[in-house]
Amino acid sequence: MTPVLELRGITKRFPGVLANDHIDLTLEQGTIHALLGENGAGKTTLMNILYGLYKPDEGEIFVNGEPFQVRSPSDAIARGIGMVHQHFMLIPVFTVTENVMLGEESLKPGGFLDRETAAKRIREISIQYGLEVNPDSYIKDLPVGVQQRVEIIKLLYRNANILIFDEPTAVLTPQEADELFEIMRSLTAQGKSIIFITHKLREVLEVADIITVIRRGKVIGSVLPSEADQSKLASMMVGREVKLELEKEPARPKETILKVENLIVTDETHQVAVDGVSFEVREGEILGIAGVQGNGQTELVEAVTGMRDVEDGKVFLIGKEVTHAVPRKFTEAGTAHIPEDRQRDGLVLPFPVMENLMLCTYYQPPFAKGAIIQWEYVMQNATRLVQEYDIRTPSIFTAAGSLSGGNQQKVIVARELSRPIHLLVAAQPTRGLDVGSIEYIHSQILKRRDEGVAVLLVSTELDEIMQLSDRIAVMYRGKITATVSAEEATKELIGLLMAGVPLEEARLQIHKQTTQSETIGGAN
Amino acid sequence: MTSNSEEPKKPGVGQIFLEELNNQFKPPKKDDKKKGVASQTLLIPLLAVITGLIIGGIFIILTTEQVYAAFGQSFGAGLAAAWDAVSKAYSGLFTGAFGDPARMIAALQSGDSLQIRRAFNPILESLVTSTPYIFAGLAVALGFRAGVFNIGAEGQIFIGAITATFVGYSVTGLPGIIHVPLALLAGAAGGAMWGFIPGWLKAKTGGHEVINTIMMNYIAFRLSDFLLTGPMKRPGSFNPVSPEILPSAWLPRFFPDPIRFHLGFFIALGIAYLVYWYLFKTTWGFELRTVGTNPNAAKYAGMNVTKNIVLAMSLSGALAGLAGANEVLGVNRNLAMAFSSGYGFDSIALALLGNNHPLGVVLASLLFGTLRSGATRMQLTAGIPNDIISILQAVILAFIAAPAIIRTIYRLRKPTVEEAGVTIRGWGG
Ligand SMILES: Nc1ncnc2c1ncn2[C@@H]1O[C@H](COP(=O)(O)OP(=O)(O)OP(=O)(O)O)[C@@H](O)[C@H]1O
Ligand SMILES: [Mg+2]
Repeated sequence: MTPVLELRGITKRFPGVLANDHIDLTLEQGTIHALLGENGAGKTTLMNILYGLYKPDEGEIFVNGEPFQVRSPSDAIARGIGMVHQHFMLIPVFTVTENVMLGEESLKPGGFLDRETAAKRIREISIQYGLEVNPDSYIKDLPVGVQQRVEIIKLLYRNANILIFDEPTAVLTPQEADELFEIMRSLTAQGKSIIFITHKLREVLEVADIITVIRRGKVIGSVLPSEADQSKLASMMVGREVKLELEKEPARPKETILKVENLIVTDETHQVAVDGVSFEVREGEILGIAGVQGNGQTELVEAVTGMRDVEDGKVFLIGKEVTHAVPRKFTEAGTAHIPEDRQRDGLVLPFPVMENLMLCTYYQPPFAKGAIIQWEYVMQNATRLVQEYDIRTPSIFTAAGSLSGGNQQKVIVARELSRPIHLLVAAQPTRGLDVGSIEYIHSQILKRRDEGVAVLLVSTELDEIMQLSDRIAVMYRGKITATVSAEEATKELIGLLMAGVPLEEARLQIHKQTTQSETIGGAN
Repeated sequence: MTSNSEEPKKPGVGQIFLEELNNQFKPPKKDDKKKGVASQTLLIPLLAVITGLIIGGIFIILTTEQVYAAFGQSFGAGLAAAWDAVSKAYSGLFTGAFGDPARMIAALQSGDSLQIRRAFNPILESLVTSTPYIFAGLAVALGFRAGVFNIGAEGQIFIGAITATFVGYSVTGLPGIIHVPLALLAGAAGGAMWGFIPGWLKAKTGGHEVINTIMMNYIAFRLSDFLLTGPMKRPGSFNPVSPEILPSAWLPRFFPDPIRFHLGFFIALGIAYLVYWYLFKTTWGFELRTVGTNPNAAKYAGMNVTKNIVLAMSLSGALAGLAGANEVLGVNRNLAMAFSSGYGFDSIALALLGNNHPLGVVLASLLFGTLRSGATRMQLTAGIPNDIISILQAVILAFIAAPAIIRTIYRLRKPTVEEAGVTIRGWGG
């Protein structure tokens, strides 16, 4: 049978980078083909070529055995190729329906947009695939998870046969991810074919029919999930052994650094998002905040970094009240903040990497003397951090926006971890990073903890929370419903708590299960 | 990691823009790359000018009656007449802008200083015309860098001219070394105030600066009308014109009449350097650019977004105010109604053409000043109606503002997502 899609010898150069180096890839009909590779390996570039966003320097594409010249995304869409981008391509001020219609506007007689028909189809699609979304909401009001569903609906709306998912699960909760896999399976069952990019090895093994690994623009090889395991994939990707489990000393917490009392914070729509939360983070410990996306974590993080004003309650930093302080106050008191939305808050995309690496401290010596920026030092600093954190960039003068997603994240992490701090507030610090980088950043966070930094880690990634945290607080509907120690925490317990089950009840359930079958292990 | 791509690439405008930013810092050993970028930066405006001249030529042919008459006789005669009309107009434009080489040589040979001054006046006059463009272009460019669209440069120019004129004629007994800077400062302060108001309104009430600067323009125009017919009217004059500015406040001219070339040109260059320094060498400039590029990240970085917006509008206004002060102190030596021929509006195009970079703005201003000054003389020498000149300028402007058209005509590679590094996120809030 001819494959639905075949890429032959695809090569793409950017100034200073060989992003794709003679890549061959074959996608069989009705299968899920996973693309795996470290940050900056060239996965997104390859997909952008397939989707007509970039022109390859060399190479050919065949769809159903016929050569396919793709000049623009509309060519790709016409041939049934659809893509969910790593960074969503939605227009925030448009509604779901308008975004879905964009580029394929169905018209009423007289040339008016036929929103009703479109909305009806969207409802049908969303019911058929369980992608719950209100067609009339504005994108800017939707949480990231729902925004992604819109992206997927867009593809289905256009009857795409070949679906490209670029890191779709990076922004999803585990449950949502499982739902997505269900959808993906039902899609392939109906004859659609999927290219699936992810950094999560577990997902690859769970859902893929075949796995191709790319490193530095080259195909390293393809394996079947049945023949591979996580550590094999990891070493194929990174080119060396990767420790998937962290070695962690027990915490030795000391003084309280961050103290939050009865905090109440509202979101954009003035709904209470954080509802009377209290906690402490001490020197040398990591408090992990677990929870399904959208339970107030975003607002909590913004409130304890000065990004969002507090309605009620108190925030103390090293004994001083900072309840209504501005972000700079927090920075100067020694807070580092890895923001959840890297492109919105954490980076100025058109600015060069070196300017992004001084974003929070640009006015302090040695970055500046008085008001004069010391470019020499800025460059030195950038060169050093690029090396230390293995940020893959052609140069420190490259615009941050042209780095791969994972490398953009590394720029932020490098910037925030490279200065003397007392408190680290990290929201989704490894979102979109490859296993090698996750290993590195986790070890850096732990190192900071051991040096006496207090760490508030917010992650929807249960593995990350479990691996790093010394204590785990679970947020559910704006409240911290339970705080458990690392020793007691199991995935099952946290999972139950995240679903809103009260602590006592959750403990009981776990206890029952363990007594029923003695085989509950922590990992996997 | 390789540092050079093997193939020569033609970057698009977005890329140039980013490169331009990057090149502030002169990374070592990037010369070859920089040259390519520079040639592209110049290519598009150059093609815009050429295209503008071609289209202008068509209009000249269409509006010259002799051409129609000649075509009535024979096709050949028509073509000849058409060529004649266009070449006469454009040689007029050239000599108007740079001077007549033959006349320059003759004047130099004669040794007569008045002759020499007259022969060389056109090119210096082009610089005189460029000067207000530089100030106003910098004003708009600085605003753009901070993410604000200052359409109010024209009004700020008027206010700057008013305050500078007032200080220029009403403050007496000062030596030039104090009076000139004082009058210039007054102009800057007037413009700054006119920029501050819409900036403050935007910061406090969210009122859009485009609307508010347009409104401020009208206030400025009518205010100047009022002052010139009332409080600032020259005593005993029947015309709405201010009293003569005192010689101590004049921007010194370098040559005797008729050459009006004055110190303002060098001040403009100095200010351009200052703006460059401010934007790219100081933490203030870094804040301004960050606020203008990504306000969320600016907030995250601890910058005061509203303060920077107000500041940028004020600075932008100050620069525009200087354009007005420069005109009254250097050229007119009084304030008359409608003394500015739309510098403030042209400056928006200048800022775009110059990629919002001070050096680019200076180059664009020189181009515009030259064209405009040449066009004035083309009108006199070739008898081309004024409207044609406006059309020519408008066409060039349109092409400059819409480089995509130029790129399509000349099949230049268009900037794609890959070069621009754009993301669609971020225009929400
Ligand atoms: N628009 C661009 N301009 C210049 N270089 C680019 C551009 N896009 C990508 N690159 C470079 O090409 C390389 C591959 O990037 P790509 O985004 O394809 O990586 P990726 O495999 O998707 O990584 P990640 O997992 O981090 O998303 C990187 O070195 C990146 O810096
Ligand atoms: Mg990617």
